Amino acid sequence: MQAPAPDFAVTARRISKNYGAVEALRNLSLDFPRGQLTSLLGPSGCGKTTLLKIIAGLLEPTSGEVEVNGKAVTGPGPDRAFVFQDFALLPWANVLRNVAFGLELRGVARSEREAIAEGYIRNVGLAGFEASYPHELSGGMRQRVGLARALSVDAQVLLMDEPFSAVDEQTRRKFQEDLLALVQREAKTFIFVTHSIEEAVYVSDQIAILLPRPSRVSEIIRPGGFRKKGADQIRRDPEYLDIVDEIWASLRSYVE
Amino acid sequence: MMPQRSLMLTLLSAAIVFGAWQIAGMIPVSYAFPTFLETMAALMRMILDGTLFVAFGETLKPLLVGIAISAALGIGLGLWIGLSGWFDWLFSPIFIVMQAAPLAALIPLLVMVYGIGLTSKVFVVCIMAMPVIVLNTSGAVRNTPSSLKEMGRSFLGSERDIVLKIILPAASPIIFSGLRLGVSAGFIGAVLAELKITPTGVGDIISYSRSIADYPSMYAAIFSIILLAVLFLNLLERLEDFLFEGNNRGYASDT
Repeated sequence: MQAPAPDFAVTARRISKNYGAVEALRNLSLDFPRGQLTSLLGPSGCGKTTLLKIIAGLLEPTSGEVEVNGKAVTGPGPDRAFVFQDFALLPWANVLRNVAFGLELRGVARSEREAIAEGYIRNVGLAGFEASYPHELSGGMRQRVGLARALSVDAQVLLMDEPFSAVDEQTRRKFQEDLLALVQREAKTFIFVTHSIEEAVYVSDQIAILLPRPSRVSEIIRPGGFRKKGADQIRRDPEYLDIVDEIWASLRSYVE
Repeated sequence: MMPQRSLMLTLLSAAIVFGAWQIAGMIPVSYAFPTFLETMAALMRMILDGTLFVAFGETLKPLLVGIAISAALGIGLGLWIGLSGWFDWLFSPIFIVMQAAPLAALIPLLVMVYGIGLTSKVFVVCIMAMPVIVLNTSGAVRNTPSSLKEMGRSFLGSERDIVLKIILPAASPIIFSGLRLGVSAGFIGAVLAELKITPTGVGDIISYSRSIADYPSMYAAIFSIILLAVLFLNLLERLEDFLFEGNNRGYASDT
């Protein structure tokens, strides 16, 4: 009965999305390998967030289909968790409740969900801040809360919408290193939207370059060997630098 | 240190206002304007002989009933209007007109329909209090940050959970400011009803004392109702702080 396990955790097939007369995505197909991190990279307005929200089930495509583990997406599901660009934390709830909120919405009993949340709060390095409110945290710490919330529902696919764009540069670098470790540690599939070329090359197993109006996948890049050299070696690796240059060369004509 | 200082400032500002009142009364600016101390003496007298409590018992009836109805119905309707475009189209104009209407002009109509009893007075309080509660609630609900709603949906929240656990708490600062405005308007309505429909309660003390030129009592009654309104609003603020700690310090993404 069981078909050979597909290599792809998520597949998007011929996705089109129109907003009225505006074509945001046209006939876009893309596969996301299981257990890896795929970046959607492109200039602003290229529809990468739209695609991510379609995968999340938050938006409906005009045509086409997304499959997660072979099942068609009709709405949000327990197999996907979302990390938001603006963190989307509840300002009236402390860190513990925010992290446990995904489980709370799923009806998990309080003691159980708080135990799970505490574990992930420690994992993302926020131990001791359980009782703090979001306004008491820095931007980077807030996004760690958002990440812990997404991890605590234990979805196989993590959807991240420019998660580091609202944090400062140093925090961002730390986040990127942590993300590499996270991909290693958790057997999850990551889909990561970014507009930073360096970030995409640094963190991704696979980079899908999207070009705008209407948006389509122009190129798929799979960075090779340098990713195994250790987080602190990547940024000076010649292959890393070449890929960054190459992507910039193909994108620059689309940037006004 | 800080709370002590703010208490000091509050006391100081009260002392300045009451001092000015006392001086203005002593000049006197008008025969009908008693000093602060005379007013307080009248207030003490009315408290001691119980007239004030009896009067407040009368005044609070339409006030509390009206405010309870306005708050429950107002928040409910506002929520509905905020969530549904269709409802917005249907009901918003009514409350906008209600808010703009000069209430005193409607009172004869209310008396004709509902008589001079409690019902009319409750109506006056509701007409004063409800529109701002409804309009604030619906506006706040409509302006819930969309990423919070998306967050609720993506983590599989039911429609009901999203309303109760995300939209309502997110809207609560503006709902509460609507409640505060509504409650103070309700106080105006309650006194207005007692002055314009039938003189009972505090309104009765005000109009009776005026008719016998007992101005200290009249001012004492006015003073006491203002004091009550301030206390009531303070209580509401405490309730909000208690329910939604962290909310009044802004959204995390605001910085």
